Amino acid sequence: MKSNGSAIRDIQIFADDLDFYYGDLQALKGINLEMARNRITALIGPSGCGKSTFLRCLNRMNDLIDDTRVEGRVVIEGKNIYDADVDEVAVRKRIGMVFQQPNPFPKSIYENLAYAPLKHGMVTKRSGCDELVESSLQAAGLWDEVKDKLHQPGTGLSGGQQQRLCIARAIAIRPDVILMDEPTSALDPISTRIIEQLMLDLKQKYTIVIVTHNMQQACRIADDTAHFHMGEVLESQSTEALFNNPKNDITRDYINGRFG
Amino acid sequence: MTSHPFDDPSLKKRHRKARRFRSMTRLSIAMTMGFLLFFLFDMARTAYPALWQAYIQVDVNYTEASARFTSMAVAKEDRSLVSRAWLRTIPKRVEADPSLMGTTRTQWLLADGQVDQYMKGHHHTLKPGEAARVDALREQGKLTLDWNTHFLTQGDSKLPEFAGIWSAIVGSVLTLIVTMALAFPLGVATAVYLEEFARDNRFTRFVEVNINNLAAIPSILFGLLGLSVFINLFGLPRSSALVGGMTLALMTLPIIIVSSRAALRSVPASIRQAGYGLGLTRQDIVKDHVLPVAMPGILTGSIIGMAQAIGETAPLIIVGMIAFIPDAPGSFTEAATVLPAQVFTWAGMPERAFVEKTAAGIMVILFVLVTLNAAAIYLRKKYEIKW
Repeated sequence: MKSNGSAIRDIQIFADDLDFYYGDLQALKGINLEMARNRITALIGPSGCGKSTFLRCLNRMNDLIDDTRVEGRVVIEGKNIYDADVDEVAVRKRIGMVFQQPNPFPKSIYENLAYAPLKHGMVTKRSGCDELVESSLQAAGLWDEVKDKLHQPGTGLSGGQQQRLCIARAIAIRPDVILMDEPTSALDPISTRIIEQLMLDLKQKYTIVIVTHNMQQACRIADDTAHFHMGEVLESQSTEALFNNPKNDITRDYINGRFG
Repeated sequence: MTSHPFDDPSLKKRHRKARRFRSMTRLSIAMTMGFLLFFLFDMARTAYPALWQAYIQVDVNYTEASARFTSMAVAKEDRSLVSRAWLRTIPKRVEADPSLMGTTRTQWLLADGQVDQYMKGHHHTLKPGEAARVDALREQGKLTLDWNTHFLTQGDSKLPEFAGIWSAIVGSVLTLIVTMALAFPLGVATAVYLEEFARDNRFTRFVEVNINNLAAIPSILFGLLGLSVFINLFGLPRSSALVGGMTLALMTLPIIIVSSRAALRSVPASIRQAGYGLGLTRQDIVKDHVLPVAMPGILTGSIIGMAQAIGETAPLIIVGMIAFIPDAPGSFTEAATVLPAQVFTWAGMPERAFVEKTAAGIMVILFVLVTLNAAAIYLRKKYEIKW
């Protein structure tokens, strides 16, 4: 299904006839979906509809689960990430991920941010590391709150701060795309508001794909929205059009709260 | 009376039942504590006399003759009261200090074990004349009970007054070094493989079932395995700390594997997810994020395995570590014995004097175990990661 967004869109990611199986269970059925550069794409749908599975297909996180199978293509920057010559670790270095529960490493704030860039050789302890930590925390709007306690454990922060720490950690590896799997569902409304504002800031530099159960959230922040239902994409277009004038009956019922 | 809205007579019976249940659980803990305290008190009471030892003051003649026939070194009437084990050291003493030769010295020596038992009021085999002489010497202040300095510094002896636990302590330490050097890295690496790398397939499940069964095998069978493989097949020296340690390592491995796996499994999956999401390799995640979190649990399990290994006797008897070891072993390949085997040997000795040595040996084992458990708690607290 082609999207008909108003602006000229630079498609960075697209899924081409993507099927996904957990053993014999088919979780995704022929997904075709495009995600545009520097825009926020929201994936909505009831529980078990496959939206989180689809999100994890975009950085090959599903490879970690035993007995799963992918068919079809996910093309990012013109390359199918499921091609045999693509290293899944390299994919995840380019595509950051933020999870539902804030999951900082049980280490200091500084180590949380510096660990992966040091491992990837992007910076060294002597040069660039401190700057990277500071710039990542600033990008996540957390610098002022934690600059005096960088060497205290990241797990000592509040839930909202922890989630921003995780976003900062994802930014620190300088990805092209950030995937977010219900990033605010464990947070209070004020922390949610802060993180939504953060996402709007971040889309200047990154492409963001977010799974959310909260349709108001999709309305507030997403440029494009795709509605998943039982492993299929029923409708995907600009958020405004999808919410104001849904073409699919099930989508209309879903966004009006009559289903799911 | 049944006026107010919360009145419920049926609850009375349930509360009574709850009280009965609670008092039963209290009774069982009281019984457990009672047995434990009784055991400890009885052991301490039996071991207490071993702290003391009888010493006798006599003239010792260092002559050519007494260096050869050592009983000639002391006057005839005192011969049966002096420890023969001490007299046997005369040639060594002369060798160490040649100026002794040809002199007569008045010295405090170790008294015979029977004298010791007589003075402590225990059963003894002294003849009436000897007992009278002991009483007389005691009157003169030439026979006294003093601190037993041999027990913790000497090796085993067939003569109770000279028997000590030092060689068994050294043997236990050497054996445990071998055990932990083998079992800890092997066990943790196996657990890491099974928990973090292995796919859940038939082979993995087969290995798992076998490891769990290994933990339930009677320990004496490990001794037979050690005997047939390490000694007969590999030709390693029998009775040695090396073979004993390798045998105990086999026995400790399943404990370390099972507890390390449990510790690894309790590390939240979200930490691994976070690592993968950042493009880290499995090795980075396991080494720097999962293992540090699991380490307190791994250490606790390993120390429990070690405590079990320290108290193990049966497999070590099979590989010959029940040997009579008068001198502490100096290397891993020398014949050695271990604490529980030493206690086992003493428990089988006919002399009454070995009873207190046996109890004292048990107290030493208990002390080592308590120390190890304290170390386990300390390590767990030290490496615990605050969330």
